[in-house]
Amino acid sequence: MGNAADFTIDAQDDGAQIVRLWGDLDISDIDDLPQRLDAIDGPVAEIDVSAVEKMDTVGAWLCHRLARDHGADITGGDEDQNRLIEAVSNADNGGKIRKKRPIPPIYAMQKTGEAVLLALTSFVGMISFFGGLVRSFFAVLLHPGRFRFKALVRQFELVGISSLGIIGLMSFLIGIVIAQQGSVQLRQFGAEVYTINLIGRLTLRELGVLMTAIMVAGRSGSAFAAQLGTMKLTEEVDAMRTIGVSPMEALVLPRVLAGIFMMPLLGFYACVLAMIGGGLLCWVALDIPPATYVQRIREVVPMYDVWVGLIKAPVFGAIIALSGCYQGMQVRGNAEEVGLRTTAAVVQAIFMVIVLDAFFAVFFTWVGWA
Amino acid sequence: MNDKTAKLQDVKELVEHADYAVRISGLRNAFGDQVIHDNLSLDVHKGEILGVVGGSGTGKSVMMRSIIGLQKPEAGTIEVFGTQVLDEEDSDGSVRSRWGILFQGGALFSTLTVAENVQVPLKEFYPRMDPQLLDEIALYKIALSGLPPEAAAKYPSELSGGMRKRAGLARALALDPDLLFLDEPTAGLDPIGAAAFDELTKKLQQTLGLTVFLITHDLDTLYEICDRVAVLADKQVIAVGTIEELLATDHPWIQQYFNGPRGRAAIASQKARETRG
Repeated sequence: MGNAADFTIDAQDDGAQIVRLWGDLDISDIDDLPQRLDAIDGPVAEIDVSAVEKMDTVGAWLCHRLARDHGADITGGDEDQNRLIEAVSNADNGGKIRKKRPIPPIYAMQKTGEAVLLALTSFVGMISFFGGLVRSFFAVLLHPGRFRFKALVRQFELVGISSLGIIGLMSFLIGIVIAQQGSVQLRQFGAEVYTINLIGRLTLRELGVLMTAIMVAGRSGSAFAAQLGTMKLTEEVDAMRTIGVSPMEALVLPRVLAGIFMMPLLGFYACVLAMIGGGLLCWVALDIPPATYVQRIREVVPMYDVWVGLIKAPVFGAIIALSGCYQGMQVRGNAEEVGLRTTAAVVQAIFMVIVLDAFFAVFFTWVGWA
Repeated sequence: MNDKTAKLQDVKELVEHADYAVRISGLRNAFGDQVIHDNLSLDVHKGEILGVVGGSGTGKSVMMRSIIGLQKPEAGTIEVFGTQVLDEEDSDGSVRSRWGILFQGGALFSTLTVAENVQVPLKEFYPRMDPQLLDEIALYKIALSGLPPEAAAKYPSELSGGMRKRAGLARALALDPDLLFLDEPTAGLDPIGAAAFDELTKKLQQTLGLTVFLITHDLDTLYEICDRVAVLADKQVIAVGTIEELLATDHPWIQQYFNGPRGRAAIASQKARETRG
């Protein structure tokens, strides 16, 4: 901060004015000078900068702008100042930065249209992505040597093994919550023993797999989208293509297979942990000993409940991995896109899992597995 | 008599304050056991273009990062325009508005347009600035950096490598800095683009009266625009001077660097230009 820049106006006899600038004409000292300079009306014939002590490009630009708007001459500058003013006036190309503001109703229509188009194209895109995946699956079946077992095992580890802790803890707690809430309600009918039916059937049919799917979508679906998206940005995917490696085979297929294989295992594991949690609560709160609990479970939970859960699981796994990979591969441009696509992958996966779960519920009841 | 003492005082002040843009002394940087700099000292004069060279891993970028405060050194003092930047009591951050930095990859904010990138430092330091003037400043800075006006509304991902460097330069120049740090500005540019960038650097340095701290591997850049060259080796600045002065030393790395095939080619092209011009 130096001396604040300011100016005085000398009116000539012929009505023309001379603007005399003084002080430090630089970015930190101009304050509201630009607005006040803009407010000068009437012809300005001359801008005198001889009393200006310091000038930077912003100051030079203000002089140039004033001179340009009024057709004035700049006088009294020393060599450095003249050079600066010349440099910025050469840089004045009348470019525009901002786009015109859209008219609200048209903007709304435009956005609606874009959203519809986006929904349609991403639906079609996802189907064709799935098609590409099936094709590369058969290509790999024909040439098993091309299959990447290492990548698959690595994904098994990332999707499956490393999520055992969090999924186990979550399921265990969910089991406790179901048992606790269930027992409170059923106690009113004196039917506390049915808490066991509730725990066994609810976890095996619905919650075990559904909660696991949501956790896997949050953990692995997002990771897939972010990984592939970053690889797209750093041109790794393009590099792969040019070497002759299909990204579908090398990146997407192992991830989708990992999703398909790991989801049933994780789902079953989650069910077991939830039943253990529920059993623990039954033991502590309802005085049902573990041996009785296990026996009751075997009596009241039909085997097809297990199948209902396990049939859904690989479908959910495939959907989670597919939408993660699909969104990741759609990343273009910048880092923000990676974030947007990752969010989209998780939201899309969870939404589709829940919609499909509803269809499955209706279907299994219809076939008699109620 | 009085006159003379006053003049002497002036000169003294000039020597003390005006001569050096950056003074580094006793700098020590280490990552774990690996010592990068040990007792490194370097002065950057005001108004010069100082080229910094050194083999890969000798800590050129680390030195720059130390000056601008991205890397906290273990020991030493760094003074920028008379402000101790390492001393938090002395440095209130205002010295940050006096330097501009062009990072190696441009480091443009990818979610902002080029014009918005240029406006980021302006808005940070002068939040009350008139939006109209902000736009104008961004536009002329972009033009000064040699970009066409239509580049202002584009996103970094829509620009070529050379244009991204120029956009980064426009952002570095946003606050009208006195000191400009350039980290390998010509790396990854084609020879024509690199020569144009050198020319631009020189022109801006002369027009705006900048001090330029330039890390480079490009021998043509060194010969073409640098007033002095500092050589980093053995954890220190082993020599500073014009290229002729450096050639007179007998340090093996310096000899190898400037007298290698590329060094000789750069000298030849420099001579050819001199005879032509």
